[in-house]
Parts: sequence; C-alpha cells; structure tokens
Amino acid sequence: MLRTDRLDAHYGLFQALFGLSFHIEPGETVALIGSNGAGKSTLMKALVGAVAVRHDGVTLDGTAVGGEPERRQLSRGIALVPEGRRLFPSLTVRENLQLAARNGRAGAWTVQRLFDEFPVMAKFQNRPATALSGGQQQLVALSRALVTNPSYLLCDEISLGLSPKSVNEVYELLGRARKGGLAVVLVEQNVKRALSESNRYYCIQKGRVVLEGPSDRADHALVAKAYFGM
Amino acid sequence: MTIALETLLGGLMLGALYALFGLGLSLSLGVMKMINIAHGDLIVLGAYLCSTVMQALGVNPLVSLLAVVPAMFVLGYLLQRLLLNRVVGRGPLSPLLLTFGLSIVLQNVLQETFTADTRSLQAGDIALQGFNLGGVSIGLLPLISTIASVLVFGLTSWTIERTHWGRQARAVSDDPATARLVGVDDRGFFALITGFILSVIALAAVLYGIRTPFSPTAGPERLLQSFEAVVLGGLGNIWGTFIGGLIVGVAQVFGAKLTSGLGPFFGHLVFLLVLLFRPQGLFGKAQR
Repeated sequence: MLRTDRLDAHYGLFQALFGLSFHIEPGETVALIGSNGAGKSTLMKALVGAVAVRHDGVTLDGTAVGGEPERRQLSRGIALVPEGRRLFPSLTVRENLQLAARNGRAGAWTVQRLFDEFPVMAKFQNRPATALSGGQQQLVALSRALVTNPSYLLCDEISLGLSPKSVNEVYELLGRARKGGLAVVLVEQNVKRALSESNRYYCIQKGRVVLEGPSDRADHALVAKAYFGM
Repeated sequence: MTIALETLLGGLMLGALYALFGLGLSLSLGVMKMINIAHGDLIVLGAYLCSTVMQALGVNPLVSLLAVVPAMFVLGYLLQRLLLNRVVGRGPLSPLLLTFGLSIVLQNVLQETFTADTRSLQAGDIALQGFNLGGVSIGLLPLISTIASVLVFGLTSWTIERTHWGRQARAVSDDPATARLVGVDDRGFFALITGFILSVIALAAVLYGIRTPFSPTAGPERLLQSFEAVVLGGLGNIWGTFIGGLIVGVAQVFGAKLTSGLGPFFGHLVFLLVLLFRPQGLFGKAQR
C-alpha cells in the first residue's frame, strides 16, 4: 500500500499541500478530483520524489520513502506519466522507451511487447517522439512509464487535449495494464470518466482532502460542489 | 599553389586541435547548459600535469597521457560532484560566476606552484619528423593530433547517437526534470560527463603543450579558441564544433601568412564575420 500521512508540501514559500492523507491499495484505481491548483499534481510529484517532502510523510508497505529521488521510487515501482506528456524531442519513440526500460524494473512490459500491442508506435518507432500526433504521443508517454514495470502508476491528465478516439485508445492501454494488477492514481478533468474508471476517489481542494469515498456511490452533486469549492 | 595547400593543411591540423579544445565546452553547454569559464585554465593545468609526470618518470609526453588522462578524469568527476553540481540548473549566471572564480584560483595556484615561467613539453624526435606528400610537407605530430581529434569526435558522436549514455545525455539536455522521472541520475551523470570532458582536455593539453610553450596565464586564450569553435559550429552540435575549430584554425594560419603576428586576430575576425551573418552558428538551429 502506498500512503501519505498528513503530508505537507511546499514550493519555496508557497504551501501546496496541507496535512493531506491518502492511500492506494495494490491493484486499485483511485481518482483525484479537483480544480486547477488544488494540489493533485503536487501530491503525485511528492509520491514519485519530484517534490521534497518529509521522509515519513510517504510510506510504501509501511516503509518511509518520502523525499527520496525519483530513480529510487522508480526502482520501488512508483512511476509518473507527467502532465503534458513531456516526451524527449531529441529521442525517437523507440529511444524514449529504451531509456525508461533500461532504468526501470524488469517485468511483463517490454519495449517489444508495447510495439506488438500498439502497431502504430512500432510503425513510428524511429521518428522523433514529438513528431507524432497528440494521441500517439500520449500512448508513448504512457508506455514510457509502463515499460519501467511499476506497481503504482500515477497518471496526470492523460486525456487532456486529445480527440475522443485517442482518449479511448489511451484508456484501453491503461485498462490492459490494470489487468496485470497495476494500481493507478488518476487525475482526469472529465469527472464522469474519472469516477467510472476508478474504485475510489478523493476530492482535493486547496491542498486538502474535502471528500472521499467509493466511486460507484459518489454523489455527483457533492463532488461538483467539492470540485468548485462551493 | 604548394604553399597555399601547405597553409591550408596546417590550418586544418591546428583547427582540429582547437576543435578538441572546444569539445568539452560543447558537451557541458549542450548537456548541462553550463559554461565553464575555467575551461582554458584546466587545459593549462593538464599541460602542467603532463610536464610534472614527464619530469618525475622521465617519459615522453604521449606516454604521460596514461597517467594524466585518468588523473584528469578523477579531478573532473570530483569537481562536478563537489562544486559544479551546486549551481547546475540554476540559470546561466551562477555557473559563470563560480567557474570564473575557479579560473582565478587555478591561475594563481599554477603560478604559485610552477612560477610564471613558460614551459613546453619536449616530445623529442617525433616533434620534428614529417613526410613529403607530392611536394607538400606534413608534420608527423600535427597529423597525430588531427587523427586523435577526429577519433575522439567520432567516438563522442557515436556515443551520443547510439548508446544508453547518449540517450541519457539527450534526455537530460531536453528536459532534466522528466529525465529524472524516467530514472536518470542527472547529478551522477553530470559528474561522469565532466570526468570525460577533463580527460579530453588532458589529451588536448598534451598535444597543445608539445606544439606551443605555455604559462599559467595561457588559459583565457585557450578558452576563447574553444568558445569560438563551439559558437561558430552552433550550440549543442558536436560536429559543428569540429568544423568551427577547423575554420578558426585555417583563418589563423592564413592570417599569419599574410601578416605574421596577426594570426589570432584573423581567427577572431572570421568568427565575428560568421556571427554577423549567422548568429546561431553554422549548424545551429535558429532560436524558437
């Protein structure tokens, strides 16, 4: 289980998270819902080590792992698909995946398997990653995290700006990964989709959890209220 | 005609050495977005290290490389780990200030240790040998240094294009924060790169010291030559740096033929002219 315990996070003098407690079980999908600037991305960055936090603020199966560098968290099986895809333009599609595969864990996902399952990536494997369409780039970004064979995958706005068809493709890939027992933290603008894809949800507002519960019993009116901070 | 050809070859071979000076600067700028003002002084330090090893062991300068290259690698690794990593990624100004300070310290330490007298590295027979190719005479030593330079550039370029290290370098150069997300240890990697840079500097320093007498204050001129090679070729372009070095070398040697003593001036002049018409350098991409 990956857990944060009364976690605070700061960017310089600005405090982004206030005593936020969150957890996710292996194999579970948890949605984070909240407006821009609520602290969803900060929480994810804190989990992967990209934002400095208290050491015992983040625990993995009871071991304190907070504030350790990204590569350590990656080797423990915590990976992030960053908002805006952030593929490396100087690397080809294949190289983007190879780099991550080499630094990640060994497991079911390999560069070859991803190419086999998504022929479109195999077709464009030698092109610069950013020469692809938005939907294809998002597939590569998701694959780049999957190929490190994480146990916990954090997805920050993986459908933002994509066509409905591309969104479905991205969620299809995510679905296949979840079948293998992957736990997913989902940040998604489309609240309906976020709730339908997840087991549980947290509504986050100004760095605090204001509402949480099982997604299938979520009251949309309450979630909307929490989202807009009314 | 023969004289023109000889001059051209001489310029190209000098330029290959300048290119080798510039390679390290090109790498640190390309990967770490950092300009090392002490680059030239590190070249001079390499030459003095070689001189010291030669005196202590009584060996040829080229043999001394066996000791000087590993020593400079370790120095570069530690320099990056202990000092330069503190300022990498904090914008252009902090590394400039820090390495400017380092440059002053290095010059003074060199002066204190080795006095202000000029030295040169005596390579013996090899420095005087040459051969005749259809009426054009070519020195053996410039030829060796040119071949060494081409090999180092080829190896570096291959590493960047084809290996895991190269992919890491390009990823960090594109986006350091995301590179860390895919498990790249950017700080440790920078230390290895600076180690490599100082190893190349060691090689360049020995080839330079055999060719030209040097003193503790010779660093800034070497920095300028390195810088011109890098900027002429276009930032972040390895082979661009090589071509840039060749152009500065050729301009300098032809200039010296026209008016002896004004060689370096012609090198700088060509640099200025190229920049007037192509501010991004010959092979650089225009700023987006």
